[in-house]
Amino acid sequence: MSSIHPDKVTAERLAGLRSGAPAPGRDEGPNLGDGSLVEDPAVRPPRVLSGRTHGEVTQIVSGYAEDPAPKWWYIAITISSTIAAVGTGMILYLIITGVGVWGLNNQVDWAWDITNFVFWIGIGHAGTLISAILCLLKQKWRTAVNRAAEAMTIFAVICAGIFPGIHVGRVWFAWMLFPIPNSNGLWPNFRSPLLWDVFAVSTYATVSLLFWYMGMIPDIATLRDRADRRLRLGVSKAFVVTLPGGRDVTLPLPRPDTLRAYIYGLLSIGWRFSSRHWHRYEVAYLVLAGISTPLVLSVHSIVSFDFATSVLPGWHTTIFPPYFVAGAIFGGFAMVLFLLIPMRALMPNFKDLLTIRHIENMAKIILVTGMMVGFAYAMEFFIAWYGANKFEFEAFANNRVNPRVAPYWWAYWTMIGCNVISPQVFWFRKIRQNPWAVWVVAILVTIGMWFERFVIIVTSLHRAFIPGEWHMFYPTWVDILTFVGSCGIFLTLFLLFIKFLPIFAMAELKAVMPEADTHGHDDDHGEEH
Amino acid sequence: MPELPKIFGKIPSVSELLASASDYMPFIPKPAPKYVSESGKPVHGITAEFSKTPVVVRAAEKVRDAGYTRWDVMTPFPIHGMETSMGIKRTILPALAAGAALTGVAGALAMQLYMNNDFEMVVQGKPFLSWEPLTPITFEIGILLTAFTCVFGMMALNGLPRFHHPLFNSERFLSVSDNRFFVCIEASDPKFDPVRTRELLESAGADRIELVEDEN
Repeated sequence: MSSIHPDKVTAERLAGLRSGAPAPGRDEGPNLGDGSLVEDPAVRPPRVLSGRTHGEVTQIVSGYAEDPAPKWWYIAITISSTIAAVGTGMILYLIITGVGVWGLNNQVDWAWDITNFVFWIGIGHAGTLISAILCLLKQKWRTAVNRAAEAMTIFAVICAGIFPGIHVGRVWFAWMLFPIPNSNGLWPNFRSPLLWDVFAVSTYATVSLLFWYMGMIPDIATLRDRADRRLRLGVSKAFVVTLPGGRDVTLPLPRPDTLRAYIYGLLSIGWRFSSRHWHRYEVAYLVLAGISTPLVLSVHSIVSFDFATSVLPGWHTTIFPPYFVAGAIFGGFAMVLFLLIPMRALMPNFKDLLTIRHIENMAKIILVTGMMVGFAYAMEFFIAWYGANKFEFEAFANNRVNPRVAPYWWAYWTMIGCNVISPQVFWFRKIRQNPWAVWVVAILVTIGMWFERFVIIVTSLHRAFIPGEWHMFYPTWVDILTFVGSCGIFLTLFLLFIKFLPIFAMAELKAVMPEADTHGHDDDHGEEH
Repeated sequence: MPELPKIFGKIPSVSELLASASDYMPFIPKPAPKYVSESGKPVHGITAEFSKTPVVVRAAEKVRDAGYTRWDVMTPFPIHGMETSMGIKRTILPALAAGAALTGVAGALAMQLYMNNDFEMVVQGKPFLSWEPLTPITFEIGILLTAFTCVFGMMALNGLPRFHHPLFNSERFLSVSDNRFFVCIEASDPKFDPVRTRELLESAGADRIELVEDEN
């Protein structure tokens, strides 16, 4: 620099002078929201806000599992577990009495049961999508949401598994779905999509569980080490319960940290963070992501075969597999947002790890998949008309759409309003970046996706080919309470998860923070290679 | 004797196999320790503690270049490029997974073809031995076996579950799951020398050097 003549420097500076007046319109300064909304593609937005270090991330995430549960958690789990108990009671009542307690009839022989099944299994797609497909696409923002989304996937698949299990009537014969040698010399019918479904859903449940668990091993090991360390330093507390009066009672039980060291110790299989282990772990994770991607696409395709391979008008369409997969991703992301936005508001420091940008990214995915679903609705209708099949056209025009003749027109239009129209607000940046606006749309989408399955199943079944068979479907109180109960089971499992397990993928989060850069650039520009 | 393919790495000797088996099975006697500490306990190795990612990566390169073989780097998260810095060979896990996928596909096809033929169920006059309807289940079972191999194969190749390890004897080491990095050179390494190994780790910029003892 010293070789440049000072006058030249001054000349350059003078040439670069700008007007002192504030620039008009949007140039007043970039709207960074909470600091994560960087628009310059050359600048990598911070994935963890407030300049948190690795140690602080460990402290925040472990704190959720170690600190006493907040009051709202106790209130929420009291309500949700009561609902779950009612749902379990309904399942028992159904098993003891028979499927007649539901409102099914000869014509509408699948109704809320299979609607709920497809609804829950669809929600269960977001977790594996985030962990597998976004992993392969190197979308590193997924590290903030993948753990909670994977947990949600497992719990949604559990809820989904209940309904086909109990709708078979004699539940004690459900084992006949599996190819187990039996005294009747019978094998299952491998040419039936219903059997493909058994294999698809059970494989999906198993692989999702493995994926979730394997991702959690290092983070559970962190909880183990922290408990172990407190025990060794002699700073762990006794098992104390605070009574409503404010009095503390010490229970004659092992210290919580002793229990943690044992239980987390067992679950973390002795993980010791060795780089030789990390190498195989990362390869295993990548292969799992690679095989889970076709898996997640196959599961809902196979669920759609249950309908598409039949000859029923309204079901018999080739668009079903991609349409169902897009709908599953759509509904799954809505559920992720429905759960994470309140957590973000209620849990301390959550906003530093789950930024506005994450919410905005998911809102964009909802917009895209919502448009795909809307396209599928339109294309279904178009083909019903263009295909010149009278029955198929009737199934759409007069059984679903036309309010004057279709008894279930309100279900169809609820579906259109929630799934096609409501996500359109995400074209606006202001709404995408407003968590509570996103939350409202997420609820609408969740409602709309339930109605989508109801429309497909019930409106197609209630008026098949012969008018003499036509029947309406009316749910009984058992139908309603079983569905509400499944929501309670789902929420209870999720609340237990946020209290006892690491809800962020700590190790993955640390790996994408500036501190992890092997070249020592402690800035936000990320990797240069 | 022709050289075995590279994917199998170095074939361990019988004494090495027995030494690693003794970690899991207490009835197998442990080999005599190379070094014993002042309290009479066998020495597992020396750990060096680091607090910065770039420093630990350079330290790993240094240890690798010094020719050590029984050593490891413990980090709270997988460090990008650590395989190269440590000279770790690529794992055979993908090959195992591919084998599992093929086994799953073959097994699922065999099962369905046998069962369709064993109990001939007439469904809409469709043939008993057609492959098309067998595709979904064949695919799913192939995926299932691959996933099992990935997760349990990863554990097996890593020697996990292993609930005890001498490293856990060190209270400092527990912060590896938080924000600290550790390089451990084991005493059983042929190049291990109490003085020179410590000097190597010190020159690599370690914040702290510790002797890790095994129990009994």
